[in-house]
Amino acid sequence: MGFVMHSIRATADTEGSVLQLDNLNVTFSTPDGEVAAVRDVSLTVARGECIGVVGESGAGKSQAFLAPMGLLASNARVSGHARFGAVDLIGLRGPALDRVRGARIGMVFQDPMTSLTPHIAVGDQVAEPMVRHLKVSWSEARARALALLQRVQVTDAPRRMMQYPHELSGGMRQRVMIAIALACDPDILIADEPTTALDVTIQAQILALLAQLKRERGMGMVLITHDLGAVAGVADRVAVMRGGRIIELGSVGIVMKTPRHAYTQALLRAMPRMDGPVADDAAGAGKADDAALTISRLSVRFPVYRGWFARSEVLRAVDEVSLDLRAGEALGVVGESGCGKSTLARAALLLLRPSSGQVVWMGRPLEGLSTRELKPLRRELQIVFQDPLASLDPRMTIGEIVAEPLLIHRPELNSQGRAHAVADMLTRVGIAPDWVNRYPHELSGGQCQRIGIARAMILKPRLLVCDEPVSALDVSIQEQVVALLADLKREYGMCILFVSHNLAVVRRLCDRVVVLYLGRMMELARAEELYHRPLHPYTHNLLEAVPIPDPDLQPARLTHVRAGEPPSPLNPPSGCVYRTRCPHAIEICRERVPQWQDAGQSRWVACHRFQELTHQS
Amino acid sequence: MSDAVALQRRVSGNARGLWRDAWQRLRRDRVVLLAMGLIVVIALMAIVGPAFSPYADDTLDWQHMAVSPGWQASHWFGTDRLGRDLFIRSLHGVRISLLISLLASAVSLVIGVTWGVVAGYVGGRTDEWMMRFVDVLYSLPYLFIVIILTTLFQRGSLTVLLIAIGAVGWLTTARIVRGQTLGLKRREFVEAARATGVGVPGILIRHIVPNLIGSVAVYATLTIPQMIMFESFLSFLGLGVQEPLASLGSLINDGAQEMQSAPWMLLVPAVFLVSLLVCFNLVGDGLRDALDPRDR
Repeated sequence: MGFVMHSIRATADTEGSVLQLDNLNVTFSTPDGEVAAVRDVSLTVARGECIGVVGESGAGKSQAFLAPMGLLASNARVSGHARFGAVDLIGLRGPALDRVRGARIGMVFQDPMTSLTPHIAVGDQVAEPMVRHLKVSWSEARARALALLQRVQVTDAPRRMMQYPHELSGGMRQRVMIAIALACDPDILIADEPTTALDVTIQAQILALLAQLKRERGMGMVLITHDLGAVAGVADRVAVMRGGRIIELGSVGIVMKTPRHAYTQALLRAMPRMDGPVADDAAGAGKADDAALTISRLSVRFPVYRGWFARSEVLRAVDEVSLDLRAGEALGVVGESGCGKSTLARAALLLLRPSSGQVVWMGRPLEGLSTRELKPLRRELQIVFQDPLASLDPRMTIGEIVAEPLLIHRPELNSQGRAHAVADMLTRVGIAPDWVNRYPHELSGGQCQRIGIARAMILKPRLLVCDEPVSALDVSIQEQVVALLADLKREYGMCILFVSHNLAVVRRLCDRVVVLYLGRMMELARAEELYHRPLHPYTHNLLEAVPIPDPDLQPARLTHVRAGEPPSPLNPPSGCVYRTRCPHAIEICRERVPQWQDAGQSRWVACHRFQELTHQS
Repeated sequence: MSDAVALQRRVSGNARGLWRDAWQRLRRDRVVLLAMGLIVVIALMAIVGPAFSPYADDTLDWQHMAVSPGWQASHWFGTDRLGRDLFIRSLHGVRISLLISLLASAVSLVIGVTWGVVAGYVGGRTDEWMMRFVDVLYSLPYLFIVIILTTLFQRGSLTVLLIAIGAVGWLTTARIVRGQTLGLKRREFVEAARATGVGVPGILIRHIVPNLIGSVAVYATLTIPQMIMFESFLSFLGLGVQEPLASLGSLINDGAQEMQSAPWMLLVPAVFLVSLLVCFNLVGDGLRDALDPRDR
């Protein structure tokens, strides 16, 4: 199927247009020849309109908009036009280009840490473009910068002006980036994956902010993302890109409700939904009540060194967590970054020594065992990591990587036996067995993650810990990897501890879910109950923040996004740790730590007020 | 930019290890190729050259003492005060300089990598002690160590020279390797190996060291010229190789004394030394560029 174009508005109405791409082509010359990244892209962005550009990594969606900004790598060649007002940005260089970018076109990048200059106070970074482009004085620019920071809802803005990027949280940094992009009141704002590096709750806040700014300033906006949920809430029109081409273009309602191109349909199908039925993979298991893994009152504390003379502080990464994982069950662990979920996963495998508490595996306490005593048990306990490429040794072929556990735990196998086992496992995870001699960097992220899974599964473990196994992958690949894990679980019957910040993915795989906040357990329940009837206000907040790829619902959801970020885990609030963000907090929440209490139907919750709150709703 | 990287990666489907990649980049770098060629030529000359010459390094030619370069009596590069052929003596000097520097680099590499990897990976108290030991050695004036060693043992012995140079050379390697190890041990693939139950030696040998090789190789090629320099420096001071043996340093020392009347005595060994140093440095730089993944 070729290019699909919907609706009247999709045709270029040149009067209102801010940026008009005409037959834009970008090619890179590489050692392996010419690579076309963008092919014949034509697109018009109108004033007051937001275009969502969606596609997987490598689709050329960023390149298409970096090209007019003159920000492509040096081996890129560009042809075509990018009309911005009266000028064609393609081929523009030097001062002429500088007059446009940063002044009339604002840009927001994915990683707010690397796109801010580390040694300049954020206030000055916001003020600088105004001094450069609008020729105002520094004091005037700083005053305007303060107003801008307040507008983008940077909390405590006067103090933040003086701070440096590393002192701000990821969400605050991204707000600062947006303020910089808005500094000169641009005609168009290009946001390249602005929420991908952020937590769900912060993502929702940033998207809500972008939606507000679009309405209020009437500028054009381009939202480049792989997340269809983000597009549904903010964009007016959507361009779906694949292989450098726009394959479908139309208003958000039409494209997302009645996609015509097969690829768009596949993308939408791959998107895990929070509102659909729970997949049957999750149902069924976990009937046996015998706990395979029992974690009781587990704490992991890290000393934080504060210089020579200061007392070192203690960071409670995991605080008194008790869980049990039944045989054949998949248990999800969710929470924002810094909530201790990855620490919990590592402590459960004794990759990190817990500070106190017990880990019991099949009736055998693990926490006292030495590394040598643990070694035979490692065969049963395996882990899959978040970053698929970083978790594979770059100097080993994938055959060697998958065979390594066999060398350790099945020394009786000869090289032929190992090769057989590796080939079988590779086939099982969907990798051609004749790839054994390739190196990890030759594989895509999804393929690398399959190798990571093959390495973990080759010993047929009885517990598989998955630490954010799909967070670094594209949405459609995420779906495939989760499906693979579900298949393997059905086939081998191992239990899974699945750590993720993505509630939609957890829902797809897990029988039960536990919610962590600042190292403490907030709620534990069967998946469908947790998603349909959350008891804890924090769970409720998390669920509300998950974007739904439905343009009818999502904009409304964004209008009541809750503000606030998790406090520093070094200095957690007294009483209930969630009270500083909880809309229902009362006096008792400040004074007493809520009990971990049984809420019936094998649900557990730590909240003083959950009973009255559930009656209200 | 990740889009572009992903794209380029997808297109290059053919198998390419890091070394093959690096070699392909190196091959395109003409200067590095030239430098490598020159090193090979000089080394070959130093190894086989003296065998084809009518003169040995200690042959005294009474008819031609302190002659300037020219065609007389086939002393093309002239002779020194005692009538010894300068070209042959320089080739012998290159031989000794190369031998000492290569051996010393190898020794310092082995000690330095082992020391650094263990300190970095084990960490904690062990790391603290091992690195403080390095600091102490660093702070001793190495010239004193060499002088003491050469007075304690036979003066001008190659072994003592080797020990003296090697003892100082591994310190920097150890520091670099430790730093790299600290970064590598936090990487997820090392954690994955630990989760599989691979022991410490296995992790070090299979996972840490192979990933260090790139930066260590670069450092090693840059160490060799340093070692040549250091050896020449010691010989120049008279602490190194003794007569009748010659190293580039001692030849330069001899030549420097006749600098005004017979400049060739200084220039011939100096040209050898400088071309070796420049070539090794060029190769080291080229290798670093070729192995640098940032440019990928």
